[in-house]
Amino acid sequence: MDLKEGSLSLEPLDNILASIPDAGDCDLIPILQKIQEAYGYLPPSVLAATSDRTGIAASRIYGVATFYEQFYLEPHGRHTIKCCRGTACHVKSGRDIIRAISRALGVQEGETTDDMRFTFETVACLGTCFLAPVMMVNDDYYGHLAPNKVKDILERYD
Amino acid sequence: MSEIKVTINGKEYTGKSGQSILEFAGVNGIEIPNLCHDPRLIPSGSCRLCLVEVEGQKGPVCACTFQINPGMVVKTETEEIRAIRKTVLELLFYEHRGVCTTCDENGDCKLQRYAYEYQLSDDIFQQPTGGERSENYTTGNKALEYDVDKCIRCGRCIRICEEVQADSALTFKSRAASVEVTTSFDIPLNDSTCELCGQCISSCPTGALYERAAKGKGQCKDLSRTRTTCPYCGVGCQIDLNINPKTEGIVRVTSEVGCIPNDGNLCVKGRFGLDFIDSDKRLTDPLIKRDGKFEKVTWEEAIKFVAERLNRIRSEFGADSIAGLSSAKCTNEDNYVFQKFIRACIGTNNVDHCARLCHASTVAGLARAFGSGAMTNSIDELKNAGCIFVIGSNTTEAHPVIGLYVKEAVMKNGAELVVADPRKIDLVRFAKLYIAQKPGTDVALINAMMNVIIDEDLHDKAFIEERTEDFEKLKPILKDFTPEKAEAITTVPAEKIRAAARMYAKAETASIIYSMGITQHTTGTENVLSLANLAMLTGNIGKASAGVNPLRGQNNVQGACDLGALPNVYPGYQSVEDAELQAKFESAWGQKLSAQKGLTVIEIMHAIEEDKIKALYIMGENPALSDPNLNRTRKALEKVDFLVSQEIFLSETAEYADVVLPTVCFAEKDGTFTNTERRVQRVRKAVAPPGQARSDWEIICEVATKMGYPMSYEDAEEIMDEIATVTPIYGGMSFERIDSVGLQWPCPDKEHPGTRFLHEGTFKRGKGKFHPVEFTAADELPDKKYPFVLSTGRQLYQFHTGTMTRKSAVINQVSPTGYVEIHTDDAAGLKIRDGENVEVITRRGKVTTPAKVTDNIEKGWLFMPFHFREAPANMLTNDALDPTAKIPEYKVCAAAVSKTRQPD
Repeated sequence: MDLKEGSLSLEPLDNILASIPDAGDCDLIPILQKIQEAYGYLPPSVLAATSDRTGIAASRIYGVATFYEQFYLEPHGRHTIKCCRGTACHVKSGRDIIRAISRALGVQEGETTDDMRFTFETVACLGTCFLAPVMMVNDDYYGHLAPNKVKDILERYD
Repeated sequence: MSEIKVTINGKEYTGKSGQSILEFAGVNGIEIPNLCHDPRLIPSGSCRLCLVEVEGQKGPVCACTFQINPGMVVKTETEEIRAIRKTVLELLFYEHRGVCTTCDENGDCKLQRYAYEYQLSDDIFQQPTGGERSENYTTGNKALEYDVDKCIRCGRCIRICEEVQADSALTFKSRAASVEVTTSFDIPLNDSTCELCGQCISSCPTGALYERAAKGKGQCKDLSRTRTTCPYCGVGCQIDLNINPKTEGIVRVTSEVGCIPNDGNLCVKGRFGLDFIDSDKRLTDPLIKRDGKFEKVTWEEAIKFVAERLNRIRSEFGADSIAGLSSAKCTNEDNYVFQKFIRACIGTNNVDHCARLCHASTVAGLARAFGSGAMTNSIDELKNAGCIFVIGSNTTEAHPVIGLYVKEAVMKNGAELVVADPRKIDLVRFAKLYIAQKPGTDVALINAMMNVIIDEDLHDKAFIEERTEDFEKLKPILKDFTPEKAEAITTVPAEKIRAAARMYAKAETASIIYSMGITQHTTGTENVLSLANLAMLTGNIGKASAGVNPLRGQNNVQGACDLGALPNVYPGYQSVEDAELQAKFESAWGQKLSAQKGLTVIEIMHAIEEDKIKALYIMGENPALSDPNLNRTRKALEKVDFLVSQEIFLSETAEYADVVLPTVCFAEKDGTFTNTERRVQRVRKAVAPPGQARSDWEIICEVATKMGYPMSYEDAEEIMDEIATVTPIYGGMSFERIDSVGLQWPCPDKEHPGTRFLHEGTFKRGKGKFHPVEFTAADELPDKKYPFVLSTGRQLYQFHTGTMTRKSAVINQVSPTGYVEIHTDDAAGLKIRDGENVEVITRRGKVTTPAKVTDNIEKGWLFMPFHFREAPANMLTNDALDPTAKIPEYKVCAAAVSKTRQPD
């Protein structure tokens, strides 16, 4: 893993840390969220710099960053698809939706398209079983899906 | 802590409030199974194996996190509890895919033990094993290996790295079933903050973490353990050498949790630095140099040769033409016999050893101020100090396990730490205040601190009045020594000096820790006296968790001093110039003794130049790399008529010798070392010596006998018994008494329990004496030609001249060669890049070594470790001496640095 990615500016990080004086271990999650917001993911070089600047152990940062589903250590697509594979969706042929997304984008679950347009994830439940089968793109819900609707929906995002 | 009564399994026991059920049960001999518990760690309650039933509690509770209460009724072995534990174990075995039959930990594995005890079904052991090993953070690391298939995710490795070592190199990665231990970003271990202490291995309850070199060398169930004392620094860690009786080889080094002084903790050198014992470079036969080449000879021939040459030189030039260097690496018994040989057999007091080069100024300074020149307090008292003032000691690198106590004091007990050091050493991370004084300006700093203390009325008037003398002489010196004046000398902002003074003076108990940064100066004795002044001024001496604590650098440098390997004193610091004491030793040793004190290490070398010393007998020291101004030292070694080297390796010094006598190392002999806190501890023979090698005292006895002064002892114990009869501070020592945890001197008689801290109630010399000290600059200051200040010192991984540590594959992997530290701006100015070869030049020599560009050193200063023969820092150092203690100024000299011209 490259901890010295020279191309990344540390200015956004410095702005984030300036907004949290005396940042310590208990500020770690909000710091990581803000870094992800600013950089689109958690670049390891930025995390290493976070450790240097705050004194929070790099090992702890890495542990937290890998523990939570919400954090990514690799560049993420501009749009995130979360397709539900919970029980209700499964019963309503949710797996066909997953396959349809895969086909439409040419990537598998957990992968990002080469053009960085989409990252395709599946989740255990979106909590909207009445809409099954369901997926989310960014903050938008799409319920009562059918495989043939998928492509049209995805084309709304670029 | 009040006493409370608790019933366990129907029987009542008495315990202390604050104890956990697990701890309390353990003290009373009741074992509650556990996997994630280590007494060194904060209980985490994560393995769920120590569940017990407590009356009145709804469900089972964790014995490790639940504290005892008065009247509590606990059941540890009910059927229900046992069933739960069995399920927990079965679940653990779904993740543990090791096979006991091929596991090194077999026999010492808790998981294995409980699996048997709880009779887990055979199906559990039919789990498929991991198959192909994937890479992890230990791949390619020579020290240790992590096997994820054996890991039960108890987190002990991560916790000990964070809570005890404070390195935080490890973490859990990911979640649920894919959790595993790793470093940050999965970088290789040696690139992380890891210090290779191996504490993670020591805490791992299974075989998931293991010494890589130990794998396949013997399973735990077959190993025997010999408890002995670590041969590196002065902390005196107790180590267990694990021996495979079949191969008679040392498989691994462990340490028992709870042992004194190290509580099961070790550093990289103790755990991974003992490869030298069975190195194939060990000397196995006596050697005599003929026509410039060493030839193997028999012991008889070698002893006869040495005895005859020494006798001839003595009769021709007199006894004072012979000198001996004893050794801080050897046992007390070796040292006692060596100085007795020099004094009684040869007939001179020309005996000294490398303490001259490290703490001679401590011995001289503290003896004047207090009457006794040793660490005043005990190691474990440090953790309860209110304030710790570390000056000129890179504690975590030079005395890593004492470093742990300092960290514990700060992290767990809220001590305020003040670090004064020209380099931003690792301890600075824990310091409330960091002061970077210019090398060689310590007296100015301390005087100014005392100025503030008196000015702000923070001194302990009652203590000064009752316990000390000459305070009046101190005051005038301090009056004008304001922090502003000190700022001009030390470069430390006046406000920081004030803050340091207040922190130190206001604490209930304040401990001073110092080391070579204070002693290795032409003003070394004065530096030490200043610290003694500071402690007396605030009454921080003669009580627990306070004191003036010089950390001794070698395993037995304290003992070598105690046993009289010094030119001015017999064993127990009894002056050779005192007629009564001389008479006492003459009668004990049955020989007329010299009343004239002898020469010190550097004086001996200089006396060779002047033809005053004709023969030099060196036991286990390596001046050809350790002495300052090496060009001069090496010329002296070349010149001296007759040089004997008693060694375990053909060291840089031994190469100059006329005769080399092979000796046994610490693991091959019995005896004692005295650690830095004055604790006399056992050294025990664990393995057989190589070839014909013999123990130092035996060789000396044979030479003495051949020379006409019969010396012989049955064993090391007999020598210790003789030591006790002539050395009052060791009067109560015996192998039997020190067997389990040692004894701290002074211990005058067989009933005396030993002394935890010195000067309680009264000083050794009666009253503590203030010595006014004026600031004097170092001998050699930077100028136009040599614009940098060069300091030398140790690094964590290596020890001294590297004779022992550089035989370790683990250490060589992480510390392959020397370097010179230089500030980023200075490097930029000279166009020096990190890792690039540079020339460091002083008036005495030139060394080529890679540059280590860093911000941890101030501008204008350089630092070099002195362990490396290919980049010998001591080619550069100044051999100017402290006039009192005769210690050379290793810490300050003027140097120039430049890029090495690259061959085209």
